[in-house]
Amino acid sequence: MRTILYIIQKEFIQVFRNKRMLPIIFFVPIVQLLILVNAATFEMKQINMAIVDLDLSSSSRQLTSKFQGSPFYRIINSSFSYKKALSLMQKGDVDVIMQIPSGFEKNLVKEKNSQVQLMVNAINGAAAGLINAYSTSIILDFNREILIEWLNPAEMGEIRRIVTETSYWYNPKLNYTTYMVPGILVLLVTIIGLLLSGMNIVREKEMGTIEQINVTPIRKIEFIAGKLIPFWIIALFELAFGLVLGKLLFNIPIEGSLWLIFLSASVYLFVILGFGLLISTMTNTQQQSMLISFFFMVIFILMSGLFTSIESMPLWAQRVDLVNPLAYFIKIMRMVLLKGSSFADISHLFYALVIYAVVIISLAIWRYRKVA
Amino acid sequence: MSPQHHGTTAPQHHGTLPPDDAIIHVSDLVKKFGSFVANDHLTFDVKRGEIFGFLGANGAGKTTAIRILCGLSYPTSGELLVAGYNVYTQREKIKKNIGYMSQKFSLYDDLTVFENIRFYAAIYGLSKKEIYHRAGNLMKKLELEEARNKLIREIPLGWKQKLAFSVAIIHDPKIVFLDEPTGGVDPITRRQFWDMIYEAARSGITVFVTTHYMDEAEYCDRVCIMVDGRIAALDTPMDLRETFHAKTMNDVFLKLARAKTPEGI
Repeated sequence: MRTILYIIQKEFIQVFRNKRMLPIIFFVPIVQLLILVNAATFEMKQINMAIVDLDLSSSSRQLTSKFQGSPFYRIINSSFSYKKALSLMQKGDVDVIMQIPSGFEKNLVKEKNSQVQLMVNAINGAAAGLINAYSTSIILDFNREILIEWLNPAEMGEIRRIVTETSYWYNPKLNYTTYMVPGILVLLVTIIGLLLSGMNIVREKEMGTIEQINVTPIRKIEFIAGKLIPFWIIALFELAFGLVLGKLLFNIPIEGSLWLIFLSASVYLFVILGFGLLISTMTNTQQQSMLISFFFMVIFILMSGLFTSIESMPLWAQRVDLVNPLAYFIKIMRMVLLKGSSFADISHLFYALVIYAVVIISLAIWRYRKVA
Repeated sequence: MSPQHHGTTAPQHHGTLPPDDAIIHVSDLVKKFGSFVANDHLTFDVKRGEIFGFLGANGAGKTTAIRILCGLSYPTSGELLVAGYNVYTQREKIKKNIGYMSQKFSLYDDLTVFENIRFYAAIYGLSKKEIYHRAGNLMKKLELEEARNKLIREIPLGWKQKLAFSVAIIHDPKIVFLDEPTGGVDPITRRQFWDMIYEAARSGITVFVTTHYMDEAEYCDRVCIMVDGRIAALDTPMDLRETFHAKTMNDVFLKLARAKTPEGI
């Protein structure tokens, strides 16, 4: 036990003596939160639109002005040339083209039926879907208005409408940052934890000090524990720091218990740090360790449910995610922070992490060889 | 002069029982890396309290053998006892009783002189009081008190090596293994380093040292010369010079190295 304390002391001295370490610990979270939270959003705030109005009627102008009035759309070009609009889309200046054919109003009046054409740049499929949905809802809105305007009051009484009232739970304003911050916080402690631990034992191999350790009667479990605990403390501190920043900068809700957050984080970090140490024991240079850490980190992050929902992944991918520790912890963070879930609600995720931690740390201890 | 002399210097103990005064007993040690044989049937004993030199060119198998004796590497076969413990089954007991200093310099560059001493002393389980007591004595002896709080990377190589040696024996081991401890240092520091080795030997620590400096071989009580993974000769420096009709150990070594792989060893 005393031995572990002396190893922890040594690791802390080394981490904090490294002049590049402190900025990393304090600066990285701020930058990550600021950049990622604001940048990683699926909200469409500004859709660039080109309108090709070949009708030039009062109806077509009414439809155009509906788009002009929307805060989401910016009409950057109106012309009679479809080709012109298309070349703008080619250049990437325009996200959506709306073409109103000539005879739009005439058909609407005479045949009570008319058409407009929407062309959406679908290089980014998800964004295209959103633009389509936004635009369609504006056109429907326009449609409803002219119905009310043109129909005579007698007929009006005949129209029965089902009105849908939507209320959004846990995130009533559909605030994207609220959704993102808990996940970004997970990312943050994961990167710091995995890199710090992944580079650690292998660094001793590079310097040759591991030999000196290996000729001592130190026990493997003492060595791994002594390596793990300092980074565990640093990463937990990092999480606290990130939560404070999230509260101050983005006013994220903290509905559930902070104790539950930190309890889950403690276990989660054992998984991540164990993973890092395992990589560290299996590699010979810091470079190898970095590359392997990055390999796993990219896969884990992309499949974590941070950016895309796990439920919409194919079944095999969801199965792969069973071994993705990030997926568990991001779920826990969102549930506890946003929904105020209790321990009973997250217990299945929590116990999965506990099992994961036990397995991975046992592997790291087993794989650390005092004898080559 | 002639190859048949080698037979007379061949190791004597082929039985399983080591002599009473042997602190290291090696019998038929073989270490293979794939098809390459790094240690080819080594048999020797090291006596309690002696300075035992392990000589040979680079790649002769010195480091391989020393790593096996320290429990850093598995032997392929052979019978080995270090400080009375079996290398296969009592590794951790051996580690309590040995010190080790390798050619690859092994103090922490980014820790101070004192922090390094404290860390290693603590790993060997010394009490806090003992740690401070021994660290103080050690720094005084090495005249490193001024440099107590200097980082290892800031002090000269010669000091580092003397410090590494002192740290390797801070827990009063029965045996200390030194793997080319004087590589790259100036002759004066080397001389001082050997004074420290003598002092350790006088205090009862058995010293097992590898080197490729032949002048250092003269300082050893007994010398074992390795050529291509095999023991080419083992005796006191004086007897070796006599046997090979050589003036210096360097001549002995050159004769052995040139006569590479004669029959009968």
